[in-house]
Amino acid sequence: MSSIKIELRQEDVNKIKDICASFKNDPQELINVLHKCQEHFGYLPAEVQEVVSNELVIPVAKIYGVVTFYSFFTMTPKGKHPISICMGTACYVRGAEKVLDEFKKELGLQVGQTSADGKFSLSSLRCVGACGLAPVVMVGDKTYGRVAPDDVRSILKEYD
Amino acid sequence: MMCNEVQTVGALSAVNRGFMATVAPAFEQNLEHSTCTYCGQCVAVCPTGALTEVDHTPDVLRALADPSKTVVVQTAPAVRAALGEMFGMEPGTLVTGKMVTALRALGFDYVFDTDFAADLTIMEEGTELLDRLTRHLKGDKTARLPILTSCCPGWVNFFEEYFPDLKDVPSTAKSPQQMFGAIAKTYFADKIKVDRKDLVVVSIMPCLAKKYECQREEFSVDGNRDVDFSISTRELGAFIKQANLDLNNLEENDFDAPMGESTGAGVIFGNTGGVIEAAVRTAYEVYTGKKLEKIDFDVLRGLDGVRSATIDFNGLPINIGIAHGLGNARKLLDEVRSGKSMFHAIEVMACPGGCIGGGGQPLHHGNSDIIKARAAAIYAEDKKKPLRKSHENPFIIKLYKEFLGKPNSEIAHHLLHTHYFDKKKKIVVKQ
Repeated sequence: MSSIKIELRQEDVNKIKDICASFKNDPQELINVLHKCQEHFGYLPAEVQEVVSNELVIPVAKIYGVVTFYSFFTMTPKGKHPISICMGTACYVRGAEKVLDEFKKELGLQVGQTSADGKFSLSSLRCVGACGLAPVVMVGDKTYGRVAPDDVRSILKEYD
Repeated sequence: MMCNEVQTVGALSAVNRGFMATVAPAFEQNLEHSTCTYCGQCVAVCPTGALTEVDHTPDVLRALADPSKTVVVQTAPAVRAALGEMFGMEPGTLVTGKMVTALRALGFDYVFDTDFAADLTIMEEGTELLDRLTRHLKGDKTARLPILTSCCPGWVNFFEEYFPDLKDVPSTAKSPQQMFGAIAKTYFADKIKVDRKDLVVVSIMPCLAKKYECQREEFSVDGNRDVDFSISTRELGAFIKQANLDLNNLEENDFDAPMGESTGAGVIFGNTGGVIEAAVRTAYEVYTGKKLEKIDFDVLRGLDGVRSATIDFNGLPINIGIAHGLGNARKLLDEVRSGKSMFHAIEVMACPGGCIGGGGQPLHHGNSDIIKARAAAIYAEDKKKPLRKSHENPFIIKLYKEFLGKPNSEIAHHLLHTHYFDKKKKIVVKQ
C-alpha cells in the first residue's frame, strides 16, 4: 500500500507525543495509541506512524504491520462523506455486491480509495446489525436500507 | 523473529493479512529506505528460501573475461571454514588450499587473502587502542574509551542508525576488506604497474553487508571503488559448480605473495572474540615490551552472546567486552551511552557466532553444531600457522617500511581510516 506523503506540523507532532504520553509511552498500548491518532487525524499516514515509533520505541515496520492487519486502521484519508457498503451475509445475498459495483462505477473508485476532491471515500464493512434493512449503505452517520443499484445515483445527489 | 528480536533492528515485519500477508519493510519500501543494516541474517534463516542476496557473480565474470583488466581476489577468513559444506564436506572442513586452486582455475590473476589486511587492521586498530588508552590514563578527557572494533559493516550500519551520538567511539580503522582494497589499488597497483582503473578487486565474503560497504562513496577514488565487487561464500560455491569444478578433487595451493601472507591472528577474525584476541596479542607485546607466553586467550572465546574478560597488561588490568548479534551489541552500547561501561575495548560482530555465521555463508538451518565446527576449524588454522601475531607478519613489516611508515601515520590515516555518519531517520517537520 502506498501512502500519501505529508509533512507534519510541530503541533501535530506534539499532539502525537501527547497521545503517546497519555498511555505512558507503553509499547503494549500501541493499538490504543493508533486508535487515538486515527481519531485525531482521520487516518494514519506514514509520518504519524514514524512519530509513534519514536515515542513508543517500536520499529516502524511493526507498526505498519499492525496498521495493515486491522481493517479499522487506514493509511488513506477518509472522504468528507465516507460511504460504507455492508457486505455481511444478509446484505450480500440480497445484492450488496451489485450496489457496491454501482458506487464504484459512479465514483470511479475502488474500495479503500478516496476521490481526488476528498469528498467521498468508499469502503465495505461486515454487518451493521440491521439485517432487516438489507442491503444497507451508510454515508457518514446516515443509514440507507433496502438499497437497489438504481438508488445509488440519487443517494450521491444528496451530497452535492 | 531474527530481525526484530535477535538483531533488534526491526527492518522487517509481517504486514497485511490473509492471502496478502508478506514479510516486508515499513510501508513496503525498499530496504535501503528502512533501518536495515544488511547483516543478511534474514537470508540466513529464511524458512522458505524466499530471501536471497543480489548476485554480483555476473559482474565478476565480465571482469574476468575482459583482457584489459587485472583481477585480484581476496578471501575472508570465515569462507575457508564453510565453503566445503557446499561440496558435501563435513562442517568444519578447512578448504583453504583447494579454494585457492579453484580461484586460480576460475581465472583470477592474483589470489590473495583478506587475512593479510586483517593483520594490517590490527596494526592500525591496536595502535589506536594503545594511543587512546595511554592518553586516557594520563587524564586526557578527549581520549574516549571504550574503543569499539569497526571491522563489521553490519555493526557500523547499526550504530550509524541507532547510536549516531556515539560515532566517535568506534575505531576509525577501516575493515580488512576495505584496507585490502585501498592497499591493492595503491601500493600493489604501483608494484605491478597497472593503473587502478584496470585493476579489479573482488572480495569473497561470508557477509552480505560487505556488498554495501564496498559501495560506500567514501571508499572510492573518482568513482573507482577500492573493492569493486563483493560476492558471498554461497555465490562463490555456485560459481565453482558452474565452472564444473569439484572442490573435493582439487589439489591444495598457497596464496600469492605479498598480500596472501597472514598470521594466525588474521585468521581468527572470522570468529566472535577473534578480532579482540588478535588485537590483544599485538597490543600486549607492544605495550609491555614483553613476549606473550601463552598466545591462546581462552577467556575471549566461546559462543555466549555477551562475554567479558580482564587481561593483565603487566599490572594494568584491561577490561574487554565482546558481543555478537546486534541485540547483544545494543546492550553494551546502551551502557556506553549512559556512561556505565567499565570496558576499555569492545568487539562487536553483527552475526551470531561472528563472520562464520554470516549472512552470506552456506545455510546452517539453525544448527549451532555447524557454527561450532566452523569456529573450531578457524582456531585450528590459527594453531597451524608458524606466526600468530599480526606485528610479526614479515609482509606487514615490509609494507610499513616501504610504503606506510608507521601505524597511524599520515598516509596510513588517509588510506586505512575512515569516519562515520549520522544516518538516523529524521522526522520532517513543516515550518
